Amino acid sequence: MKSARDIARDVRNGTTTAEHELASSLAAIHAKNDELNVFLFVDEEGALDAARRVDARVARGDDVGALAGVPIALKDNLCQVGVPTTAGSRILKGWRPPYNATVIDRLLDAGAVPMGKTNMDEFAMGSSTETSAYGATRNPLDTSRVPGGSSGGSASAVAADMTTISLGSDTGGSIRQPAAFCGLVGVKPTYGLVSRYGLIAFASSLDQIGPFAKNVADAATLLETIAGHDPMDSTSLPEPAPSLVRHVDDGVAGQRVGVVRELFEGADGEVVAEVERATAALRDAGATIVELSLPELHLGLSAYYLIAPAEASSNLARYDGVRYGLRVDADDVAAMNEATRTAGFGAEVKRRIMLGTYALSAGYYDAYYGQALKVRTQLIDVFRRAYQEADLLLGATAPSVAFSIGEKTANPLAMYLSDVFTIPTNLAGDAAVSVPFGVGDTGLPVGVQLLGPGRSEARLLAAARVLEVADGRS
Amino acid sequence: MTLPDGWELVVGLEVHTELKTTTKMFCGCANAFGSEANTNVCPVCLGLPGSLPVLNVHAVDLAMAIGLALHSTIASSTFHRKNYFYPDMPKDFQISQYDLPINSGGYLDLPDGSRVTIERAHLEEDTGKSTHLGGSGRIHGAERSLVDYNRSGVPLVEIVSGPDIRSSDQARAYASELRGILIATGASDGRMEEGSMRIDANVSVRHPGDPLGTRCEIKNLNSLRSLHRAIDYEAQRQVELLEGGATVRQETRHWDENLGETSTMRTKEEAEDYRYFREPDLVDLIPDAAWQERIGAGLGAMPAERRATLVARLTSPTSAQLDALDVVVDLGVDELVLAAIDANIDPSLALARAANELAAAIDDVANLTEGAFIATLAMEQGGELSATQAKTVLLELLANGGDPRAIAAAKGFEQLSVDSLDETVADLIAHFPDEWVRYREGDEKLAQFFIGQVMKLTKGQANGKAVIDQLQRRR
Repeated sequence: MKSARDIARDVRNGTTTAEHELASSLAAIHAKNDELNVFLFVDEEGALDAARRVDARVARGDDVGALAGVPIALKDNLCQVGVPTTAGSRILKGWRPPYNATVIDRLLDAGAVPMGKTNMDEFAMGSSTETSAYGATRNPLDTSRVPGGSSGGSASAVAADMTTISLGSDTGGSIRQPAAFCGLVGVKPTYGLVSRYGLIAFASSLDQIGPFAKNVADAATLLETIAGHDPMDSTSLPEPAPSLVRHVDDGVAGQRVGVVRELFEGADGEVVAEVERATAALRDAGATIVELSLPELHLGLSAYYLIAPAEASSNLARYDGVRYGLRVDADDVAAMNEATRTAGFGAEVKRRIMLGTYALSAGYYDAYYGQALKVRTQLIDVFRRAYQEADLLLGATAPSVAFSIGEKTANPLAMYLSDVFTIPTNLAGDAAVSVPFGVGDTGLPVGVQLLGPGRSEARLLAAARVLEVADGRS
Repeated sequence: MTLPDGWELVVGLEVHTELKTTTKMFCGCANAFGSEANTNVCPVCLGLPGSLPVLNVHAVDLAMAIGLALHSTIASSTFHRKNYFYPDMPKDFQISQYDLPINSGGYLDLPDGSRVTIERAHLEEDTGKSTHLGGSGRIHGAERSLVDYNRSGVPLVEIVSGPDIRSSDQARAYASELRGILIATGASDGRMEEGSMRIDANVSVRHPGDPLGTRCEIKNLNSLRSLHRAIDYEAQRQVELLEGGATVRQETRHWDENLGETSTMRTKEEAEDYRYFREPDLVDLIPDAAWQERIGAGLGAMPAERRATLVARLTSPTSAQLDALDVVVDLGVDELVLAAIDANIDPSLALARAANELAAAIDDVANLTEGAFIATLAMEQGGELSATQAKTVLLELLANGGDPRAIAAAKGFEQLSVDSLDETVADLIAHFPDEWVRYREGDEKLAQFFIGQVMKLTKGQANGKAVIDQLQRRR
């Protein structure tokens, strides 16, 4: 299949049309969506409008943009005017946003063609796309397995060649882990690099929107398109989008790569083996390898499972049946709120709302939420010191390859552990990339993770590109 | 009202004032009162999924102006979320300031010389407005509730006083003085009847010297009169409870203006745990020195100073003059009065016209130039216009602006010539010989009688002072 950059080039030079590319994408979606349950809504009309606008712009001779005519799948927590947006929850069933997320406006400006909304764990709370109110999504590489989560739909869309690129969101690993499970490149950008305006919040201080792609250059192109300051998001970094595509082939010569023991220890042998092979590949490409131990990283998981639910308990309060989405009527307002939320939220969301409410409650705040904030500050410092010794860090993305559907649904803690390597980056607000590298014993892809300080995306993508080449993927 | 001997009232006030910004606190919607319901709304102030707040810098300007006027310390501050469910609060949390408010400490001096300390004055957003229809008419037991989100996200400053207030009169004086300051800073229009200033009163009683008693918080007092009455009622209720051997239960109470009573809204046990935490969608608010200086430089004189300036221009102020002066400063027309006094207008006349005629049409005061005000008063003072005529001219100037002399001419306010007034007075003396004799013998009350007669005959066109001059001359 053509890359996103090939499609955009061909649309711009008239070799193909956006409408033609749209038709190919739709055909793939129609062929596979019933089996995989990737798209919750396919926006055929909107996509056709967008494609025709791109073709008209090309015909006029306009400079259409880096994603001219490229079909893209969007995680269902991104607001798009008039397009049903549920965040994978029953409570938002049928809600159509009256406004576009900033990333959607930027995609449209760059000529991309949004194909519809992809399945996800409810409100992004999960690591397998099994907590969705609309059923689990299957991994296209092995349909008995999960695609990872929470952005499992967006990962599957690309893995199944329904679209060449997609957007997900990453709060504790929700882009990187499904990228690893589906054999894709996935980027968790620096906090503030991509506007969150129009992203349905899970945990506001951790959420970031980021790209999925089959190759590093496409991921760089997509990230460059959506990044940069947005006055609608107060936490948006002040700088314009960084140049990423231009640096994809910069290599790693002279870079110090810190291989962090705590970021692969405890992972399955097939995963550890690929991390070791990636270490060698980076060394062969001219990087200096530094072995590091950051024992404090293990605190990340418990801090995350206090901070993220605490913020979520507040962010999800608005789903009360008063203004939009589901309403279950009852005798008075409080009873209506309760009935609506009882019926509208799934078990995992309820579990996290309760955890977060408890962590913020009078008498418990200091011991739980307050303590978690201290751990977060400590982790930021741990990373800051690590980045004095290394320019980037290497580890595994997830402890295993894609696991089976239903394997971990009965055990929330086992599910939470699948994010143990990805969570620390979100807590620190830093950047990280998952890049496919090798396969495990059953032929399923393994993802290795490259981590860097804030705004190090160009450096990380260049390193990812080195691994992509070493793995014979281009 | 005074409490029975041996009891002392302790009151602290929380005053919420809406800030007079063009747009709301976290979005670009109009901050306007009286628009059609749910027309000044957007994804942000409706709390739609995915929306994010962006702080309105002008709201910060006004909050800092309030802080400077109250002698507060302005510091780097943060925003928190106050979490509770309420249908007129679209996110089901309110963005407010918690442990690090923009303004801390400070004080407000009252006209009687007392000082009330200020604990803090912080920024927060207003909620929407619910209307409960049918049934009880309150949220519990109404048949239907309607919510208007036009007010949702309007910027507020909450000003919290120390527990320094000792009487309902002092509470009213504090609220009134604070209202004057809010207007003078440009932060608020002070319109309590439109809800742009709302007061919660924390009331307790104790024996003097004892530690503070258990307090009750009376919510949402919407006028100075309600504030005064509610505090008196609540103090009396608490004293009666304690004297009867009962205890005061800490609770939030509702004031019913018609019944003149407070009643329980919720007890301390039912109080919400607001689960405050830092608002992750906003960054720290750091007003640097240059910003503070800019706000300070733009700040005019506060009411106390302006009253003092005016008082200094009165030789021996009467209580009527002082009352008028309070009104004039409150309305913000003291500059006009000062200019008139500078132009040799009698201070009493300037104060009276400002406190009455200008007050009657204060919303249109921008139509009245300083020159027109002075010219009108000068014509009245010089006998060219009667008091009635001068008032009419002023009201016309307020309504439509213009030139006072032209307005007087257009209205046919030709001054009575001295000759014709002389003739009229002579006729009256001939007509009322007995009254004239009594006046000549020193009965000053009869001057008013003759003025009244002249006014009747001239249909109010005569100048009272000129009549007195005539009478004096003939005495």
